[in-house]
Amino acid sequence: MEFTIRVWRQAGPGSKGELKVYRANNVSADSSFIEMMTELNIHLLEMGDEPVAFEADCLEGICGTCSMMIDGVAHGPEKGTTTCQLFMRSFKDGATITVEPFRAGAFPVLKDLVVDRSAFDRIVQQGGFISVNTGNAPDGNAVLVPKDQAETSMDAAECIGCGACVASCKNGSAMLFVSAKAAHFANLPQGQAERYRRTILMVEQMDKEGFGACTNQYECEAVCPKEISVNFIGQLNRDYMVGKLKGAGGK
Amino acid sequence: MTLDARIPPGDIKDKWTRFQSEMKLVNPANKRKYSVIVVGAGLAGASAAATLAELGYHVECFVFHDSPRRAHSIAAQGGINAAKNYQNDGDSVWRLFYDTVKGGDFRAREANVYRLAEISTSIIDHCVALGVPFAREYGGTLANRSFGGVQVSRTFYARGQTGQQLLLGAYATLSRQIGLGQVRMHTRSEMTDVVVVDGRARGIVTRNLVTGEISSHRADAVVIATGGYSNVFFLSTNAKGSNTSAIWRAHKRGAYFGNPCYTQIHPTCIPAVGEQQAKLTLMSESLRNDGRIWVPKSKGDKRAASSIPESERDYYLERKYPSFGNLAPRDIASRSAKEVCDDGRGVGPGERGVYLDFRDAIARLGRPVIEERYGNLFDMYAKITGEDPYNTPMRIYPAPHYTMGGLWVDYNLMSTVPGLFVIGEANFSDHGANRLGASALMQGLADGYFILPSTIGNYFASSKLPALGADGEKALASAADESRALFTKLVNIKGKRAVDSYHRELGTLMWDRCGMGRNAPGLNDAIQRIGALREEFWTNVNVPGSSNDLNMSLEYAARVADYFELAELMCMDALHREESCGGHFREESQTPDGEARRDDQQFCYVGAWEYTGKVSASRLHKEPLSFDNVHLVERSYK
Repeated sequence: MEFTIRVWRQAGPGSKGELKVYRANNVSADSSFIEMMTELNIHLLEMGDEPVAFEADCLEGICGTCSMMIDGVAHGPEKGTTTCQLFMRSFKDGATITVEPFRAGAFPVLKDLVVDRSAFDRIVQQGGFISVNTGNAPDGNAVLVPKDQAETSMDAAECIGCGACVASCKNGSAMLFVSAKAAHFANLPQGQAERYRRTILMVEQMDKEGFGACTNQYECEAVCPKEISVNFIGQLNRDYMVGKLKGAGGK
Repeated sequence: MTLDARIPPGDIKDKWTRFQSEMKLVNPANKRKYSVIVVGAGLAGASAAATLAELGYHVECFVFHDSPRRAHSIAAQGGINAAKNYQNDGDSVWRLFYDTVKGGDFRAREANVYRLAEISTSIIDHCVALGVPFAREYGGTLANRSFGGVQVSRTFYARGQTGQQLLLGAYATLSRQIGLGQVRMHTRSEMTDVVVVDGRARGIVTRNLVTGEISSHRADAVVIATGGYSNVFFLSTNAKGSNTSAIWRAHKRGAYFGNPCYTQIHPTCIPAVGEQQAKLTLMSESLRNDGRIWVPKSKGDKRAASSIPESERDYYLERKYPSFGNLAPRDIASRSAKEVCDDGRGVGPGERGVYLDFRDAIARLGRPVIEERYGNLFDMYAKITGEDPYNTPMRIYPAPHYTMGGLWVDYNLMSTVPGLFVIGEANFSDHGANRLGASALMQGLADGYFILPSTIGNYFASSKLPALGADGEKALASAADESRALFTKLVNIKGKRAVDSYHRELGTLMWDRCGMGRNAPGLNDAIQRIGALREEFWTNVNVPGSSNDLNMSLEYAARVADYFELAELMCMDALHREESCGGHFREESQTPDGEARRDDQQFCYVGAWEYTGKVSASRLHKEPLSFDNVHLVERSYK
C-alpha cells in the first residue's frame, strides 16, 4: 500500500510547529500504524532527515503510551482501538493521512507527536488510591464483593490513561479519565472509606491542571480505546455533590 | 570472590520466619535518614518504592516512561498464583513450592522458592485491600482458574488484564506516597550507570530523556527493578522500550549475571507475518484451559482447518502428555510446537504455526461463556490477524517472552555489589530454567511488597554507611562523565545504517542460535558474528540529532549497544551449559527417543558470570544447588 502522510513537526515545547508531508511506500496491509511510522522514520533517516518523535511501547493496546490524532480522531478511525492496534488495512490504498499529537492545554507538546500527560499522574496522586499500607490486609475473601459490582469496577478500571478522552474533547476535559478512576474504587466495598474525599481531591486537582469542564458531548466515550462509559461521569458528579454536602475532601 | 547465597539455616518451612525474627531493624525515627533509589516502576519497582516509603524511608524512583503506570508488567494477561486453596482442591504452600521447583526443571534455589510460595497468599490479600478488581463468583468470593504445569486451580485474575490491574494497584499506592512527599518520582529519566563507592552501591547516573541532561544521584542503597531482556531477540512479546541497559551497566560495575542463557519461549503467541513487524503479541496461556492444540497429521496439508476431519488431526500435547494435555508447562508446549513445525506440519504463512482450537469448548459451554472468559483476547487476535477465532482456530507459535536469567542475588535479593538490590524479572529469580504461568506477577510483588522492605532494613542496620566524602563525589562525577562520553560518541559516529537494522540482525541471529534449540557449532558461530556486527555498529551506526534533547534514536542506540554485549554473554553461557534444561534444547544432550536430557551430575548449579573488562574474558562462578526437599527427578508430565 502507499500513503501520503502529513505529520506535525515541532522541535520543542516552545517552538512553532507545522505539518510536513511525506510519502510512505511499500506498506504492508498487516502493518500496524506504529510499524508504518517506524518504516517512515527509517526512510527519513536514509534521506538525512530527523525521524518523527512519537511514543508507543507495549504495542498491544494496554500501556496507554501511544497517542496520535489520526485524521482528526484520537487513535484513528477504528472503534475501541489504540494507535498501536490500528492496522493499515483500515485505510484506503493511496490515502492521505494526517497525524497530529494529542492536543490539549493540559498536555503540552514536548516534540513532534510527544506530549506531556503527567497531569494525569498528579490527579491520581491526590486521591486515586485506597490508603492501606502493606501488611494490614485481612484475608482476600473476608470482604465479599458481589460479582456485578466487581464487573462494574473492572469496567472503569480498564482505563489505560492514554488521554484520548481529553484530546478529543473540545473543552479539553479529563472527566472521563477522572470518573473512571473514581468509579473503579467507588464500586468496591474496599473503596467506600475514602469515596467522597477521593472524588473531591481528584476533581480539585483536575481543575488546577487546567482541564476543561464537561458539556456532555460524549466525544470521549466515542474515542476511548477501552470504550469506557460516560455513565461514570454521572456517578462522579453525584459523588462530588454528596461529598461537598458532607464536607469531605479536607486534608 | 565466592558466592554466598546467605540462606538462613533450619527447616525450609521456618527459614523466612526465622530471618524476619532475627533480622536487624532500623528504628522508625531513623528510617527517614536513609535514602533509597528505586529504578523502574513495574510490579516489583512500584510495590517496593511504595512499601519502603510507607516504612518511612526516603525514596527516589526513576523510570524512563512518561508515567510510572506504563511498565510492561501492565501487559501480563492471565493471572497470579497463590496457594490459598480456596477451591478445596488440595492446594498448599508446599504444593506451589513443589510445582515451581519442578516446573523450573530443578535449577532454582529451594529456599527462595519456598518463601515465594509462602508469601503468595499475603499478596492476594494486600491486592484485594488495594482495590484490585479480581474476578468474583456470584457469592462474592474470589474466582480461580488453572494454568499450565499444575493440577490445581490457584490462579487469581482480572479478566485478561491481570497485570494491568495489579500494576495499577501498585501505581495507585505509589502515587499515594508521591502525593505525601515520601517518594520523589523522576519520569523520563533513564538510568545509565550505577555508582560504586568503597565497594558499595551509593548512587546512579541518569539521562533526562527530554533535555538530554546527565546527572548523578546519591543514595544509601540502590534497587534495580527494570525487568527482563527478551528484546535481545528483537521480536519478542516485550514492549519496545523494555531493555537490558540498567542491569547490564550494573553488571559491568561488579554485579554478577546469573544464568543469562535462561530465557522463556512462550508457547501461545500470534505468529510473525512480515518483515516490517515490530513485535510479537502474546495470547494468554489461560486460553489453553479451553483451547485444544493441534496440527494436521500429514505434512504439507494445505486444507482449511474446518475441512480437516477429526481423524486427520494430531492433538499432539494430549497424545504425548495425557495427564497434563494442553496444560503441559510452557517449555514443553513450546518445544513440541517447534518439533511439529520442523516436521513440516506447521500451519499458516511460512508454516510456523499450530492451531489453538475452541470449537469443542464453544460446543460444550456455549459462546457466551467463552466470550466472558476470553473475550478481550479473542478481540485482540481478530484485530491483529483479521480472522475470527470463534469460527476459525487461532494460529499460535512460540515467542521469546520472559528471562529467568538476570543479575545474581542472594536470599536478601542483594547482588554481588553490597547495597545494590535487584528485584522482579531483573534478578535471576526463583524460576530456574523455566517459569510456570502466573508466577511472574507473584514474584514481582513478593519481592517488592514483602521481601525487599525487610531485607533492606537488615542491610542498613548491619552496615556502616558514612556520608560520601571527596572520593564519593569524584566517583559520582566521573560516572556521569563516562555516560556523557557514551552519548557523545554515539551521535558522532554518523554512519550509514539505522539502529533498528542492527537490532533486527542481532535478534534473528540470537533466535536461530540461542533460542529453543542450541548446539556448540551454532553458538560458536554466533559469538563470532555478534563480535563482527558489534564492530560494524560502532563505526557505521546512524544516530541523527544531538545528545542534548529528546532523541529517541539515541536512546535506542545506547540500548542496542548493550544488547550486543549481553548477547555474547548469553551465547557463552549457553555454550558452557552442555545439558538440555527448561525450554532449552541442547541438541547434544538428548535421550534416545529425542527428549531433553538434563545433566544433574555436571550442571546442577547457578552459573554466575563476573565481568572482567571484556565480555569474552568473563569469569564463571558456580553456586551449587542442593535439593533437600524436592528430590531431583526427571520431569514427567506424561
